[in-house]
Amino acid sequence: MYQLLRQIVKTGIVTEPAPEANDALRVLGQQLSEVVLRHFGRALNIRHVDAGSCNGCELEIHACNSQHYNLERLGMRFVASPRHADLLLVTGPVSRNMEEALKRTYDATPEPKLVVAIGDCGCDGGIFSESYASRGRVSNVIPVDVAEPGCPPEPLAIMQGILTAVTITR
Amino acid sequence: MNSLLNRSEFRLQVEALKARKARLIALWASHEPPGHAIDAAFAAPEGLVWITAPLTEPRYPAIDDLFPAASRMQRAAYDLAGVRAEGSGDERKWLRHGAWPDGVFPLRKDFTSRDFERARDQYPFVRVEGEGVHEIPVGPVHAGTIEPGHFRFSIVGEEVQRLEQRLGYKHKGIEKRFESLTPLQGARLAGRVSGDSTVAYAWAYAMALEAACGVEVPPRAAWLRGVALELERISNHLGDLGYLGNDVALSFGFFQFWRLKEELLRVSKQLFGHRYLMDFVVPGGVAADLADAAPLHRILSVLKSETATLRGIYEEHAGAQDRFIMAGQVLPALAERLGMTGLPARASGQAFDLRVDHAVPPYTAVSLRKAGHTRGDVAARVSVRFDELAESLRLVGEFLAGLPSGPARSELPAPRAGRTCGWVESWRGEVFIALDIDADGRLRRVHAHDPSWQNWPLLERAVLGNIVPDFPLINKSFNLSYSGQDL
Repeated sequence: MYQLLRQIVKTGIVTEPAPEANDALRVLGQQLSEVVLRHFGRALNIRHVDAGSCNGCELEIHACNSQHYNLERLGMRFVASPRHADLLLVTGPVSRNMEEALKRTYDATPEPKLVVAIGDCGCDGGIFSESYASRGRVSNVIPVDVAEPGCPPEPLAIMQGILTAVTITR
Repeated sequence: MNSLLNRSEFRLQVEALKARKARLIALWASHEPPGHAIDAAFAAPEGLVWITAPLTEPRYPAIDDLFPAASRMQRAAYDLAGVRAEGSGDERKWLRHGAWPDGVFPLRKDFTSRDFERARDQYPFVRVEGEGVHEIPVGPVHAGTIEPGHFRFSIVGEEVQRLEQRLGYKHKGIEKRFESLTPLQGARLAGRVSGDSTVAYAWAYAMALEAACGVEVPPRAAWLRGVALELERISNHLGDLGYLGNDVALSFGFFQFWRLKEELLRVSKQLFGHRYLMDFVVPGGVAADLADAAPLHRILSVLKSETATLRGIYEEHAGAQDRFIMAGQVLPALAERLGMTGLPARASGQAFDLRVDHAVPPYTAVSLRKAGHTRGDVAARVSVRFDELAESLRLVGEFLAGLPSGPARSELPAPRAGRTCGWVESWRGEVFIALDIDADGRLRRVHAHDPSWQNWPLLERAVLGNIVPDFPLINKSFNLSYSGQDL
């Protein structure tokens, strides 16, 4: 126990400043009212859906929870069910084998809701493109509010995508 | 070694390989108009053995009675190429769900990619009968940030009687997609078969393409590839050791290991241009030369001391050890029978590691200690992770110390027609890529194989008799790739 406590004290706080929102990432115009966004901006529940990624984006989504980024300090946390979620964070080109599951997850998420597509594949199908097995970009399957490119996008970029979705356009 | 056989010779050859204690690496089928072909690759004591049987009819004798790991590969070969294993114990579909109908085969040369009317997707899970048995269906969308797949648990009380996996949700047509790319473009796709093993896949692909072009990479490139492959191993072990702590309510472990992982990723970005080293290994060498190794030496030294401290904390933490020890056990005899491979196999007494058994430069220049354990439980897999982490930290230092001078990349001439392969020990196990290049220098067929194919069925066995709440922990101790097996 002494070693564990010593390690915590020695490590200290390594969390870094959060990024700013970026309106250039918007796919749809602002859909939700200012009042709703004010609430979301302070207590946002995120449900991650991997709709067919290579698992690279997932590595960076995990990193958002690490101390350097500490997404939860912004009042944003990942939840286990779409029923609890305000925002879907979707990765991948949408494989056809996941298309139905993604639609059902979207339908199970209560209104009002937001969708952020993550990664080059989520934005435009990426290297996998569209085929007999892939529907390509996420917005081919469900409405997308914000799309954050990158292969994979780094944690700050993912956070920026989420923040953009819940920030009121000036 | 690549020999052409007829269908009965194919079966005899596989029987002979079984008798010689070879391990099955991969099995895949192709359409070679007017006929078909079935291919299998094995690890034999003398090296890789690749056998091919050209087929007039799309049928070949099944081999899953000899190598149980072949079962899902045979099913996938049928779903994609329409080549059927005769006499197999399981003919259910595997990668095909409802996206394309039975009787249509994406890897056939006359197949055109299009929107098919969604077929009804019914999958006959094996039912467990008896008093008090009930099923828990989980997935494809899981409760955490995890790749999608379906797990069907049959339980009595809390105890798992049976787990049946259904995968293929991430099938995005990777093998067909290769055929529309040039050999050089294919390298980028290979690096995205399973993103967490991007270096291993890119290296395996490069190895195969370089063989087709008849070039050897400059020594400096080989050494830098070794550095990259070990950094990938270190980064994944750090992440998984953190999550293994998290899964036993030791969130301290998650924060500590992910802090260290983040610091390593930043050094990778600074020195090689990408946090996960995507597209760093390219056919002909590496994409970026290493100018200044000082930041790497610094992080190696931090990681060595910090992970040693953390290992001590994990090992002395009674709560964590209580959950780790005897959870999800795979005994050596079962591991051997089912053809387990890679990291979890080494925790179950199967001491295979390509970096030692069939070393290529730079591994030929160093002495590497294989990690191993025989108890085959979560604790054993944690122990192997820590051992391999320490060994990789040492190896990177050795590679840097012996880094040859000279160019880090060479020009690639046009590839010759024919078949070549690449075989690399990723952090998870052996990654294998087979290339078939046609007379015009185009990719006729590419098969990518992830070690998760072999190990997913072992996870089904590892959870038997355990309680459902231990599944996430056992699953994480394997950490298998969905994308790599779904293709």
